[in-house]
Amino acid sequence: MSSEAVSASAARREYSGAMAWLTTVDHKRIGLMYIAASMFFLLVGGLEAMLIRIQLAEANLKVLNPELYNQIFTMHGTTMVFLAVMPLLIGLANYMVPLLIGARDMAYPRLNALGLWIFILGGVFLNSSFLSGGAPAAGWFGYAPLTSAQYSATTGVDFWIWGLELLGISSILTSLNFVVTTLWLRAPGMKLNRMPMFVWTNLVTAFLILFAMPSISAALILLFLDRRVGTFFFDAAGGGDPLLWQHLFWFFGHPEVYILILPAMGVISEVLPVFSRKPLFGYAAVAYSSVAIGFIGFAVWAHHMFTVGMAPVINAVFALASMIIAVPTAIKIFNWIATMWGGSIRVTSALLFAVGFIALFIIGGLGGIFLATVPIDFQVQDTYFVVGHLHYVLFGGSILAIFAAIYYWFPKMTGRMLNERFGIVHFALQFIGTNLTFFPMHILGLEGMPRRIYTYAANLGWDPLNLLATVGAFILAAAMIVFLYNILVSLKNGKLAGDDPWDGDTLEWATSSPPQVYNFAKIPSVASRRPLWDVKHGGKPLETAKEAHGIHLPAPSIMPLVLAVGLTIMMIGLIYGLIPLVIGLVIFVAALFGWINQPA
Amino acid sequence: MISIRPILSNTIRLIFVALGALTLSGCAGAPAALSPASPNAALVSDLFFVLFAIALVVFVVVESLLFFSVIRFRRKKADEMPAQIHGNPKLEMIWTTIPALVLVVVFWLTWQTLISLAAIPPNAMNVKVTGYQWWWRVEYPDLGIVTANEIYVPAGQDILFTLNSNDVIHSFWVPELGGKMDMIPGHTNRLWLRPTKVGIYQGQCAEFCGTAHAQMRFTMNVAPVDQFNAWVAQQKLPAPAPTTDQTRQGLQLMTTVGCQACHAINGTSARGILGPDLTHIASRKTIAAGMLPLNAENLRAWIRDPAAEKPGTKMPKVPLDDKTLDALTAYLLTLK
Repeated sequence: MSSEAVSASAARREYSGAMAWLTTVDHKRIGLMYIAASMFFLLVGGLEAMLIRIQLAEANLKVLNPELYNQIFTMHGTTMVFLAVMPLLIGLANYMVPLLIGARDMAYPRLNALGLWIFILGGVFLNSSFLSGGAPAAGWFGYAPLTSAQYSATTGVDFWIWGLELLGISSILTSLNFVVTTLWLRAPGMKLNRMPMFVWTNLVTAFLILFAMPSISAALILLFLDRRVGTFFFDAAGGGDPLLWQHLFWFFGHPEVYILILPAMGVISEVLPVFSRKPLFGYAAVAYSSVAIGFIGFAVWAHHMFTVGMAPVINAVFALASMIIAVPTAIKIFNWIATMWGGSIRVTSALLFAVGFIALFIIGGLGGIFLATVPIDFQVQDTYFVVGHLHYVLFGGSILAIFAAIYYWFPKMTGRMLNERFGIVHFALQFIGTNLTFFPMHILGLEGMPRRIYTYAANLGWDPLNLLATVGAFILAAAMIVFLYNILVSLKNGKLAGDDPWDGDTLEWATSSPPQVYNFAKIPSVASRRPLWDVKHGGKPLETAKEAHGIHLPAPSIMPLVLAVGLTIMMIGLIYGLIPLVIGLVIFVAALFGWINQPA
Repeated sequence: MISIRPILSNTIRLIFVALGALTLSGCAGAPAALSPASPNAALVSDLFFVLFAIALVVFVVVESLLFFSVIRFRRKKADEMPAQIHGNPKLEMIWTTIPALVLVVVFWLTWQTLISLAAIPPNAMNVKVTGYQWWWRVEYPDLGIVTANEIYVPAGQDILFTLNSNDVIHSFWVPELGGKMDMIPGHTNRLWLRPTKVGIYQGQCAEFCGTAHAQMRFTMNVAPVDQFNAWVAQQKLPAPAPTTDQTRQGLQLMTTVGCQACHAINGTSARGILGPDLTHIASRKTIAAGMLPLNAENLRAWIRDPAAEKPGTKMPKVPLDDKTLDALTAYLLTLK
């Protein structure tokens, strides 16, 4: 891995220090910034969750007033979905996908940087609403007409609209990049059916984003027109229909759930085989079931709307589609268990988190069947049963998988191991805390507790389970502190990882930890699903591909950041008026010209 | 000819119901949604217990397999090498088919229950409920009664609720009596229930509707038929005329300080429609949509500063002196 290889590329401006990060187009640095920023937002959303749980610990508490509570729970949901879980998964994919497929970078490095900066600025923009007269307070799915100018008079909803538009643009750009990268930049020999499963699920997710995001992006613009221009898309008084919003939102919103869970399932499919010393059981079934979930996921959205008064036949059709999704999900779970069955399982933090994911996801999935069963949904819709269910899937599910991924790939990203002892403490607290917090919520829902209430009367008997959930939330906070401490300590003093600390199967373990900027000095050539296994257990050396030219790396550029700043200022202008709009537009156009005139 | 199928399916269903009920009722009294006081809620709670029993079996089997495999197949020697098995089509077919079959059963039960719930019986009593930020207008169109937040229905009779919203989306829900139904501006939804057990049941708005969503509660008072009829007779009467100086003054103040702009009192000049009808307010057990027990102290405090009691309420604070407050409170308490 000589340095001549890189210096052979074009004469380029190199930056150092902070500028190096602001101008980077390296997928690894971009991935790390995605992960760091979304970890920050995970803490913000977690803090909001703690405030919610403190307020609900007992009947009639007055920690938060209702206006603030409503802002906090709206921002908790919005933050966790759009600013924490989704970008955490995108960040992991950003870092790992090129390494997993044996590529030097993403297909469009500058576009990649643009996606990152729009995400970060969009997150700051959305949260700045707290300081600009109040955050949005209509819930993360913002049902019309509560979001209209009449019922949500502050600028909170406007920040929500343009914040989500920014995040939508960011994730669409990144998804285009993932699709092209995955389809065109795979190492020689890596056919689709040899791709690591995380790459598979990430590819399906990218397509889901491309098809789902436009629905909410359009709906948000209609909402803005209703609020500021006086149209009536969602206003029954003017001939519009509040239900139109629900259809447009959930046509995005349900695929979004799979956007949050499919990459997580990909992580599990990477971690289990390595620590079981076996190949993934039923590779094709796991891949195809992901594709099936992706397709059917677009045909279930109205199961969020069983109580709006649709005809029984329509409810039944959506119930059926929702139940069908349980089949590919069950396939995955059985395949994961079969992967471990008969294996030689090395119990590490990463494996524990992966197993914990399956254990909790089973509960989340079974809860989902209750919700798909329309008559039961009539009872539990919009109650804490739903809150419990969705947290089993997204917190017990996605978040545990993200922790599994971090314990698994941290050595690759930093060159140092995370402390295993802290990791196991973290896992134990996380697993216990998740069940204590979210299981009682199912029962609270059946007891009649609706979601999104800022307080409840003492005579309803909801106190004990709420207190239990709050205790669980504090255990989860402790788990998070252990995790962060582990990161800080291990970054400094962690054991050196070496190239391949886990005896891994896939290409990322064939290069240094952390990898050089060019990933692979020579692009590997692949002949199976587990190229490194073949090297270590088959005695074959890792083949490398013939390349027509030396390593060519794209030049760093500040333009993606400038363009994102311009776009964000334009969004401010859409709320506050012409001057910021024009300033933003000028910066945006200037950055565009700068971008075009820079050699790639 | 005797068909064996319904008998068989009912038997299986009963076993599952018993199994589910046993497990769940282990801890405490059954939760509201599973303590049915109507056939509508009973259908759902039966289905719940069947599904719960199925889910319990799946849960135990799959979690056991998961934890067994992790424990049983732990690495014992650093260099052990398990057989490299890539899959097993026959096994994979089995674990695709079994969940599919279970779900066919679940869907069939869902469909059966769904059509039973959807069949609105003829000759049901009409009750019209309209959601407002943050209270409920209750009308009996066939009886000419308008009230708020406390619904009276006769036990054992089919009731057809016609549900609308005046502003944002609300959702009408009494867990003991059945599932919820949304109230959506521009839409009219219908929900029928047949409350069979006499009692007072807690209801509430289930769809987030803004600041005071938490305090948008109501009660459904399921009364024996004769009690219900007595209630109807009383509610049909106009408001009783005030009999003391203070209450006469109170009635007069209703119009002069502005109450009549939003509230109606049948038999007086107060005809407002934005707020709850007050004709028989003193016959209710609570004020502010189920939030405060009705008594002189609470009523007076509520009129003095509504938002201090219920943040967000649309009822404005009108600056009133003590004498005015006393008179208004005294008058309202005569409206039995």
